Amino acid sequence: MNSRMVVFLMVLLGIFAFCPGSAYAMHIMEGFLPLHWCIVWGVVTLPFLIAGVLVINKRLSQHPEMKMLLGLAGAFVFVLSALKIPSVTGSCSHPTGVGLGAILFGPLTMSVLGCIVLLFQALLLAHGGLTTLGANTFSMAVVGAFVAYLTYRACLKLKVPLWLGVFLAAALGDLMTYVTTSLQLALAFPAEVGGVGASFVKFMGIFAVTQIPLAVSEGLLTVVVFNLLTVHSKRELEELAVIPKTFVGAKGVDAQ
Amino acid sequence: MRAKILVLIFLVVLLAVFPLWLKSGAEFGGADEQAEEAIVQLQPDYEPWFGSLWEPPSGEIESLLFALQAAVGAGFIGYFLGFTRARKEQSRGRG
Repeated sequence: MNSRMVVFLMVLLGIFAFCPGSAYAMHIMEGFLPLHWCIVWGVVTLPFLIAGVLVINKRLSQHPEMKMLLGLAGAFVFVLSALKIPSVTGSCSHPTGVGLGAILFGPLTMSVLGCIVLLFQALLLAHGGLTTLGANTFSMAVVGAFVAYLTYRACLKLKVPLWLGVFLAAALGDLMTYVTTSLQLALAFPAEVGGVGASFVKFMGIFAVTQIPLAVSEGLLTVVVFNLLTVHSKRELEELAVIPKTFVGAKGVDAQ
Repeated sequence: MRAKILVLIFLVVLLAVFPLWLKSGAEFGGADEQAEEAIVQLQPDYEPWFGSLWEPPSGEIESLLFALQAAVGAGFIGYFLGFTRARKEQSRGRG
């Protein structure tokens, strides 16, 4: 197990090393969204953040022991959104890491954690921005989190194997984040010919296509961490109703 | 389980290396830089109306901060997994 962890961390850091230097990645850049759109997305996102803070406070007051797992969800976002990975379009982007926490704690909790990470990157890394924080939080931590959560819940209902549900949830949440980013930019910058639709296709070509292999990577990494959680934190997962109580996977999601 | 994790991680590495081979010679800049160009094409007179409060003075400093971000996150994940594993083994030892 220890050697497994070392390998895991080394690989994470190794991937990170592929895209060094000034290779920026995604999110809408500071100042690149007209003021009225900044306000619109800020206002739309705010209720999710308020509800998220309330949900987190309630959960931690009832289950203080969940603090560690909540930290894990945040740490996962922190790591994954620092990893700028090359993609088939010849440019780089990074995964979001929101899916894992959304599966564990629900989408509202992740709205808050995602916003914190975006704020950190806007302030210290000039990545994303303060004026675009509302729009970026909406795409990554609201849409991404809800898509991941609803996908996982649907898979659970349909009795899809757990690992597949986790994979699909994380990958789709990641992908829809960038579809949303493309839509936000298209709404703000409609093309002269073809309007919002034409711009949407253009931005989709930049963000969403680049994101496809990264979404798969995020899905796979989320399955790795989720597998480890089902072994060592099974009680918490049952408590959060992430896995059914009758679940007998002491060796991992698809125990052999 | 160990084999499965290694296979999954191998796939992730493959997904990251494959584009380097497929598009060797490409710039591998950020997708957001391309979006910036697209915006200039769509609306040539658009001026960014707000700049970053602080920008890392160089690519090296920026990568330092990104590395730090990844390290802090990975460090906590490692701590968490070690902690929960030890907790489980201890409770098993007692039971």
